[in-house]
Order: sequence, then structure tokens, then C-alpha cells
Amino acid sequence: MDQFNLEIISPEKSFLTKSDTEEVVIPAIEGYMGILKDHIPLISFLKPGIIDVRSKNETSNYYVDDGIVEFKDNTLSILTSNIFDLKEMDKNKVDKIVKDAEEGLKKENIKDNERYILDQKIEVLNSIKSN
Amino acid sequence: MPSLDDLRKRITSVKSTQKITKAMKMVAAAKLRKAQENAEKGRPYSEKMNNIILNLSAGVSDPQSAPKLLVGTGKEDVHLCVVLTSDRGLCGGFNSNIIKKAKNYFEKIQKEGKSLKIITVGSKGYDQLKRQYGKHIIENISFKESKNINYFDAAKVGNLIIEKFQNEEFDFCTIFFNKFKNVISQIPQAQQIIPLENENKDKDEKLESNYEFEPDEDEILSNLLPKNISTQIFKAMLENSASEQGSRMTAMDNATRNAGDLVDKLTIQYNRSRQAAITKELIEIISGAESL
Repeated sequence: MDQFNLEIISPEKSFLTKSDTEEVVIPAIEGYMGILKDHIPLISFLKPGIIDVRSKNETSNYYVDDGIVEFKDNTLSILTSNIFDLKEMDKNKVDKIVKDAEEGLKKENIKDNERYILDQKIEVLNSIKSN
Repeated sequence: MPSLDDLRKRITSVKSTQKITKAMKMVAAAKLRKAQENAEKGRPYSEKMNNIILNLSAGVSDPQSAPKLLVGTGKEDVHLCVVLTSDRGLCGGFNSNIIKKAKNYFEKIQKEGKSLKIITVGSKGYDQLKRQYGKHIIENISFKESKNINYFDAAKVGNLIIEKFQNEEFDFCTIFFNKFKNVISQIPQAQQIIPLENENKDKDEKLESNYEFEPDEDEILSNLLPKNISTQIFKAMLENSASEQGSRMTAMDNATRNAGDLVDKLTIQYNRSRQAAITKELIEIISGAESL
């Protein structure tokens, strides 16, 4: 399969750069989206979910809270402030994020789109836990 | 003429001060390397963010409907200044330089008859500004507890600013920080973040605007701009922390050298007066023996 570049950047550092990616599935705000080589230029947002990076020999999964995605000239850039490798996520960490999100849901003046994001977050994290 | 005992005490005291400044210099040097690394690592994020916003704002044709964070409120009455300083002292002119720059700006604004609001980040800035501009300071934030600069602290400040902007508490927002050039030179900077100032507007004429947007352009822009504010503040905080360590290192290096000079001077003075005392005693003994 054809390969393209991937960079995942967090404010603190460059989290991941790869040049042999074949497919990336991202949790875009309006639904999961698979990206292959020669996708048209794209800008979108992420909702809480799992990024699935597939290259020839391996696949890796990352959990993200939010982020911005840009695809241009066969380079996919993902800017995100909160990202974890699923292999490094232990149960305690997941529980803590779920708890924070649930507390956020309890607030009274919460907006609909915030509620949607938090619901998503809890759902994704629970599915991580059950695996 | 101080007595021998006094001189001896003075020399030991200066020597122990020198030890402290030397240790502080070493610590600052070690921290500087880390801070500099962090500042460099943080650059791709803010650059990328800037690029995306540039691409997006190039597509905005109607300034009426554009988000206010990008084009401003249309008024120029209230200015918000965010002054980023350190929490610790003993770092040379680091804090004073920022404050000086900020004060110049404050005066300019007040002369124009506009009202001024100040947010200080870092306790040193608050200490230096509270006497003269105390009634303008609306918020004082300090991150003494956080060991390292992290994005969440910056996001806190960013969200506070955005909240105030949405409540229409100000029309312009400028941040003050030190830009790290190298170890001996840090440049105080004023950067306007609301409305967004486009630094390289003329340079990038040929921007691509054939992007596919999901959701639509306006929504992305209105989501992205608040994030950009936090990013800018984060960048400023990283630059600031590198500058702080650099400035402290130079200041402590100078202090160590000055202490060394002082010790040399005092030692010469001590030896001279010791020699003088011995000579005096000898003369006394000899003249006493002669007179017998």
C-alpha cells in the first residue's frame, strides 16, 4: 500500500513522527474518518476517541481528548494537548479521567456540546477498560 | 581602619555568599538547558497552529461575520494586559525589563484616555506593579506549585482571558514576556493576541484555500482561535522560563565574579594590616631595648 507521513504534535513536544503510515483512522468530530494517501487537503477537529495508526508491520492505538487535524501534501498533522499510547494506559489512569469527566457532567450550567463531548469521552474510556 | 577580626569575619561572609551564588549559577545552567529544550520542542505546535489559522483566515471574506477573536470588537476602549513574570527573584533584570516595557505601554494607553486592566502571571510582576497600578490589576495568577511549565496552566490563563472577552470586559489583549534570544540577551516583548495580529501577512500571499473542512470553516475557526490563545500564552511561558534561567545564570555568574574580586581586595587589606601590626610591635620592642 502507498505510504504517507504522520506527525502527532503536543504542546510540550513532538509526540510521534512516522513516514511509513499506510492508513490512519481518526475520531473526527462528525464521526470516525479513515485517511489514506492522496486524500484531499483537510482540516478537522477531533473528539475524544482512539487514533488507529496502521503501517506495514504494526498497528498502534492512541487515546486523544481533543485536537486539530490537517492533511496536506501527504502529511497528516495532528495537534493535540492530551494523548496517550493505549499500551501505556493502565486502569487507574483511565478511571481517573472517567471520574473527572463524570464530575464535569454533573455541573449544572453545562452546554449541550460539552455534554456530548464528555459523554463520548466516558463511552470511549469504558470501552478501553473492558478490552 | 577595621580591626583584623572584623576583616576576617567579612572575608568569610563574602566567601560563603560566593559559594551560594556559584551553586545558584550551576543550578540555573542545568535548568536552562532543560528550559531551552522545552522551548524548542514546543515550537512546532505553535507554528503549525499558526499555519492552520493563517490558511483559515485567508478564506474569511466577510469581516462582519468573522469571529470577534480574529477581527476584534470594533471598539478600542478597554485594553487588557497580561504581564508574565517569574515567581522567584535573583535573576538580574529579567522581571524589571518586562515591567519596564509594560509600564511604558500602560502610560501610553492612559494618555490616550483608554481604560486599562492588568492580569499578572507570576508573583514578582504583581509585587512590582501593585503599588502604582494596584487598582487596575484584576487578577493575579501564580504557578508556584507547578514544578514544570505545562500546557494546562497556560490553558487556565487562556480560558480566563477568553471568558472575560466573551463577557465584553475588554477589546484588546496584549501579553508581555521575555523572548529568549541567547543566554546573555533576552528581549522583552509585547504581543497582541486579541484581535489576532498577523505577523507574516505579506509574506505568505499564496495560501492554499482549497481545503475540505469538517465541520464548516466558521465553526473550525471559532473553535481554533481560543486554542490559539492558550498556545500563544504557553509559548510565552516557555520563552519566559528559558529567559529566566538564562538571566539568572548571567546574574549569578557576575555575582560570583564580584564576590571573588571583593575577597581578593579584602585579603590584601587584611594582610597589610596584619603586617603593619607586626611591624609596629617590633618597633616597640626594639625602641624599648634601645632605651635601656
